[in-house]
Amino acid sequence: MGIDIILDKCTGCGLCVKACPFAAIKIKNKKAEIEANCTLCGSCVDVCKLEAIVLERPKQSDKDLSEYKDVWIFVELKEEEIKKVSYELASKAREIADTLGERVGAVILGKKVSHLCDNIAAYGVDVVYIAENENLSEYNTNNYTSILTGVILKYKPNIMLFPATHLGRDLAPRVAASLQVGLTADCTGLSIKDGLLLQTRPAFGGNIMADIITPNTRPQMATTRPNVMKITKPDPSRKADTVSIPVNIDPNSMKIVIKEIVKTTKEGTKSLDEADIIISGGRGMGSPENFKILEDLAETINGVVGASRAAVDAGWRPRTDQVGQSGKTVSPKLYIACGISGKIQHQVGMKGSDTIIAINTDSEAPIFDIADCGIVGDLFEIIPALNDELKKNLSKG
Amino acid sequence: MKFVVCVKQVPDTTEVKVDPKTHTLIREGVPSILNPYDQYAIEECVRIKEKTGEGTVTVITMGPPQARSALMKCLALGADEAILISDKAFAGSDTWATAYTLAQAIKKIGSIDMVFCGQQAIDGDTAQVGPEIAQQLGIPQVTYVEKIDIDEKHKLLIHKQTEEGYHVLETKPPVLFALLPPTSFQPEHPPMSSILRAKKKPFNEWDAKTLGGDVSKYGLDGSFTQVIKTYTPPSRGECELIEGNSKDAARKLSEILLKHEVLVKR
Repeated sequence: MGIDIILDKCTGCGLCVKACPFAAIKIKNKKAEIEANCTLCGSCVDVCKLEAIVLERPKQSDKDLSEYKDVWIFVELKEEEIKKVSYELASKAREIADTLGERVGAVILGKKVSHLCDNIAAYGVDVVYIAENENLSEYNTNNYTSILTGVILKYKPNIMLFPATHLGRDLAPRVAASLQVGLTADCTGLSIKDGLLLQTRPAFGGNIMADIITPNTRPQMATTRPNVMKITKPDPSRKADTVSIPVNIDPNSMKIVIKEIVKTTKEGTKSLDEADIIISGGRGMGSPENFKILEDLAETINGVVGASRAAVDAGWRPRTDQVGQSGKTVSPKLYIACGISGKIQHQVGMKGSDTIIAINTDSEAPIFDIADCGIVGDLFEIIPALNDELKKNLSKG
Repeated sequence: MKFVVCVKQVPDTTEVKVDPKTHTLIREGVPSILNPYDQYAIEECVRIKEKTGEGTVTVITMGPPQARSALMKCLALGADEAILISDKAFAGSDTWATAYTLAQAIKKIGSIDMVFCGQQAIDGDTAQVGPEIAQQLGIPQVTYVEKIDIDEKHKLLIHKQTEEGYHVLETKPPVLFALLPPTSFQPEHPPMSSILRAKKKPFNEWDAKTLGGDVSKYGLDGSFTQVIKTYTPPSRGECELIEGNSKDAARKLSEILLKHEVLVKR
């Protein structure tokens, strides 16, 4: 159990030294030596070409799982600010931790992140684990995996939650595989049952729901859909303890290099994944120019404009706007479908919305089967009229 | 170059219907198809292989004997050989156990340059197996891949979809890609001539014994997550249709949204 260097195989090449995010390997007498601050994260094992490092982690089921305590979240950032989904996770983690009588921990990785501690603490976090390094400014799968694996092995949380975003869905399975623990994807419900985390998720395109538990491995890990968990009221007076995680990254060891970052969404607007109000247009919009009325309405109600596949395929809207099976899965508080027939492929992407409004000329359109409220009529008349009404009613004191 | 593509045979979820009375899934008559994301992965992999001018594309799947048809389709789409990883011991695998099994197979194939997967499968939608394989192989990964380009020196340029647009990334083999088809992608049936040619291509079957590895990590025993209950989601209830001319309907809708506090006054 533990980590060992097979001295006969080690040539002292130093690849492991570079790969170690915790600076826990030194070369002495042309052989690698593992120091006490090793977290067993396994980064060195992956890079060693000679298979000279053996890592054996204790089998979880043989261990006392009760030493794993606390409910942790991974805090996702966007341009050095905390993303909304992270507050959703913190709120949910607080609720679960209260049920268990445990603390909430939050892990933040980034270039400069210490100043964000109070922001996340306000949502019920007790301890913030901070890893700061200039090479952590942009997400990198390998670096983030090693650091998270390391802190989890060291501090032993009971539960670890990630957002089910592009980043979270890239990172969480990697960490789970590294720790050899279970992971449940895209949860829409989390609660405690008989002391275990009960993870509820949709499958078969949202046609069935499954309740899942992870009884024998720790932490119990899950990714959680954005916009599903309710954000609690922040308490700005709340402070968290901070734990600094020393990290060491060799920028030359990064195997995947970002050459260019391209944004197709408008500057300053929220992305679909983060929006809590979405107004989507489909084939019935007729032309790209006609989306203007949806954009006007979006401005009034602070929403984001989405599109069906038909509208994206027609070239009216960018790919990043597409909701549905081959696009994004969204779960906003309000989803207004305009001129969208709502085939199953579209429904899969928006069925999880709190309230669904459908506006379509065809009363037989499948979208009405899942809408809470619908208008059979001409969206080009209804949307501007709705915009006027809401402008009037929302501004009234 | 050696390429491996991991695929899955899935029920066509777009054909799945819910019985309105019992609220259970009607699975009868639902066809099994090659996961559309995986079909795109195969087509991209074959394209990259053709661009590099050499190499073999091995397509693998873990599944029951009838998953053979998904592999035959992949061979018809241009894969060079197929391996069906099938054994009762693999039944009940969660994503981790699936990834362990596929990683064992990839290690057995040996000295792989690139692994291609679909971003996710349309039945489970977890998107976890790809990254879990990459971790077990100890190779880097790129998920949400829209496009791959390769130059003469085998330098790879990748378009990775992000929430706001895309990143252009540079990497080199070995690497695992999880591919996201463009919206215009239609999973076509290969032509008859390709289907006939596929029948002559090497087809192997591997069971748990062939794979070796730690038997306690396969199937239900190796799965860390346990599904304890499945059920159909509560139905949303009837759609409330708003009557009247456009102006009246818009006014009523506005009232409803405010009354139920879906929208709140500023």
